[in-house]
Amino acid sequence: MNVVYILLPVALLIAVGYLVLFIISVRKGQYDDTTTPAVRMLFDDEAEKQDDDEEQ
Amino acid sequence: MVDCTHCGLPVPAALVEPGSEQQFCCNGCRMVYRVIQGYGLERFYDLQELSDTKQAARTTDRQYREFDDPKFMELYLREAVSGLKTVELYLEGVHCAACVWLVEKTPSLLAGVHEVRLDLGKSMARVTWDPDRVQLCSIARNLDSLGYPVHPFRGVKIRDMRRKEDRALLIRIGVAGFCAGNIMLISFALYGGLFHGIAAEFRNLFHWAGLVISLPAVLWCAGLFYRSAWGAVRVRSTHMDIPISLGILTGFLWGVFSTVTGRGEVYYDSVTLLIFLLLVGRWVQRNQQRRAADASELLYSLAPASARLIVDGEIRESALESILPGAVVEVRAGDSVPVDGVVLEGSSSLNVSLLSGESRPAPVEPGGRVFAGTENLSSRLVVEVTGTGEDTRVGRLMQLVEEAGRRKAPVMRLADRISGWFVTAVLLLAAGTALLWWWIEPALAVEHAVALLVVTCPCALGLATPLAVSAAIGKASRLGILIKGGDVLERLAKPGRIVLDKTGTLTEGRSRLVRWIGDETVKADLAALERHSAHPVARALAGGIEPGKELLQATLVDARGGGIRGTVNGRPVVAGSPSYMRSYTGSFPEWVLTALDDVTSAGLTPVLVSRGGDVLALAGIGDPVRRDSGPTLLRIRESGWTTEILSGDHPAVVQAVAEELGIEPENAHGGRQPEEKLEYITAAVAADDRAVVMVGDGVNDAAALSAADVGVGVHGGAEAALSAADVFLTREGLSAVAELLEGARRTFRVIRLNLIFSLLYNLVGAALAIAGRIDPLAAAILMPVSSLTVITLSYRANTFRRIRDR
Repeated sequence: MNVVYILLPVALLIAVGYLVLFIISVRKGQYDDTTTPAVRMLFDDEAEKQDDDEEQ
Repeated sequence: MVDCTHCGLPVPAALVEPGSEQQFCCNGCRMVYRVIQGYGLERFYDLQELSDTKQAARTTDRQYREFDDPKFMELYLREAVSGLKTVELYLEGVHCAACVWLVEKTPSLLAGVHEVRLDLGKSMARVTWDPDRVQLCSIARNLDSLGYPVHPFRGVKIRDMRRKEDRALLIRIGVAGFCAGNIMLISFALYGGLFHGIAAEFRNLFHWAGLVISLPAVLWCAGLFYRSAWGAVRVRSTHMDIPISLGILTGFLWGVFSTVTGRGEVYYDSVTLLIFLLLVGRWVQRNQQRRAADASELLYSLAPASARLIVDGEIRESALESILPGAVVEVRAGDSVPVDGVVLEGSSSLNVSLLSGESRPAPVEPGGRVFAGTENLSSRLVVEVTGTGEDTRVGRLMQLVEEAGRRKAPVMRLADRISGWFVTAVLLLAAGTALLWWWIEPALAVEHAVALLVVTCPCALGLATPLAVSAAIGKASRLGILIKGGDVLERLAKPGRIVLDKTGTLTEGRSRLVRWIGDETVKADLAALERHSAHPVARALAGGIEPGKELLQATLVDARGGGIRGTVNGRPVVAGSPSYMRSYTGSFPEWVLTALDDVTSAGLTPVLVSRGGDVLALAGIGDPVRRDSGPTLLRIRESGWTTEILSGDHPAVVQAVAEELGIEPENAHGGRQPEEKLEYITAAVAADDRAVVMVGDGVNDAAALSAADVGVGVHGGAEAALSAADVFLTREGLSAVAELLEGARRTFRVIRLNLIFSLLYNLVGAALAIAGRIDPLAAAILMPVSSLTVITLSYRANTFRRIRDR
């Protein structure tokens, strides 16, 4: 059971890591607009493909 | 049926081009199609398939010169990195994935544009560009040519502030969630210990860990609740946050005490979960209300921000802010007047209904005054500016609106009213428990009293109102009813007085042919002649009469001085006001006089029609009552509301409309100025305990809307009115008002049910605590179960429903 003394801080550290990432993403405005990114991903692929065609 | 290649709407039969692959419903679509093809952006049409909404694109011929005005730049532009500038623009007509793609392609079309990011939900585009290489006006023209008219977004500052608040709340929720989640893991070990035993060493470790992890949640995340609870205590009122803060703090402090002394129970898990759930509840409610408020602010951006300034005979579009009194501006037919001023050239008629409530168009001549917010109906005017912005009549009315809004007393919400006696009851119960156990087993007295305080901490009670309200607001917005504040629904729950504006609210707000007495055969002749005139009465007549099969050759002779003269198929036709006609035909026959009486007493404008010298017919022009006004008012009255009319129009017209809609004559008030409307509503609010609801559309109603318990702005109203209202409708017609009242009543029922259920859970918890049967595990189970009940009840409830035509 003594392993808890290591596991507890490690688990918390990992969780804190995610919390920090969350805070950074909020500060960067990733949650400001939750509708457009969902449709924007529809056309980014196509644009890249066209670029590839030009390169060939 | 042929669909338009660009927008997908049906193409009118007359415009179908046989043998062509591309068909267009209008020239706008044809032009947009060519522009898109010209840029090689055909993929727009593939993406458009993905969306289900179709809407006609329209382009304006605006030049957007005012976007390069120094004053404009100062107001709206912001510096970006390395000499670039950014601006937020509101785009009209954005509705699908294809629009996002097209708008964000702008950088590849115009050199110098660095980035365009479109927010589809808000229709806002953020443009970043290099001012040395490209002008903002050409970017705006470019977006316009793609079918998205551009408006500068006013209120960037407010939006930035709100965005900051939103982010801060999200971070609070994140931290609270982090604390609650991690403590829950630790608590599972402790719960296991309850059943199988746990070494005191580990028990202490877990308690200390819980204490440390819950610190940020209790000290920082929950600060929101303490602050509003303290605020309420200071002004000696009650608020839901008082019992919440009480529960959180007792639970936490007892936990600290137990941890430090090494005996007793800890409630860190319940406390942090409570904080997390309550914060999420607040977030949900805020977002729903924010959406409605945002929508009304965007409407404000649609108001004209520019005027056509005349300098040395040349016309320049210029930002409104840079126009000073003494300048000369042009107002084209169909435009709204952007300033207060005096007419120098041209005579026209104005639609003043939004400003004064008067339904008849007001004629203006050189030397006459015009006011911002009116609409120029028939021909071009040149106006010398006397006032702009806050110095206009509209501006002064808006100051009244703000004042009225500030004076409005906040209502005590049901949940807050309950919280008063809830706190008392909980404290009494806790004291009772302590006394009871002091007598049975003194060592456990404090322990059980604390358990009671924690278990009765009103999580579900705190969620009951926000969730029910935000679910209802979401459902209402799908019906085109945008509600800006949650307390609106509680105020509308009980029947009260509903005061309606007439012009544009009960009626359609524009002149139409309402009655025709006499010879039907001159109808077609009159319509053919009136088509040559742009006068509003002429347009009402031409639009209200179906063209006949016969081809009529109409020639206009004269259309000045209250009437129209011309020939149709060679026969002379004259139409006009009674005084105009008297000068042509002399006295009128008996039937015309009675018909005239009849028409004028109904509040209509009479137009006499003669052919070949004899008066043959009488047309009544008026502002017809909307088709759904009658049934809607009936429905509202049936549910116990009192209906009243408060209008700026002539009392005779108001009485006629009241009679048609079944409103008692003493409840129909006409001829009221905006200030008098405000006075009437303020007096009504002060005199009556019941809710006073004002429904209106014009600037003249705005102050009254803001002073009423609930102000409802109807579709098509002035921006000022919609932003002053607590609720605004994005759907044509009045039936949405009845839906609002009924929806509010059902929502209130859900709130009450929620409160009853959460009080029941608290009762169970309190009973267990008094019996000494509560432990942290029981508390941790009761809390989420009660919250889940409330969430389910709120989202399953069918609060807002569309009313089908009866």
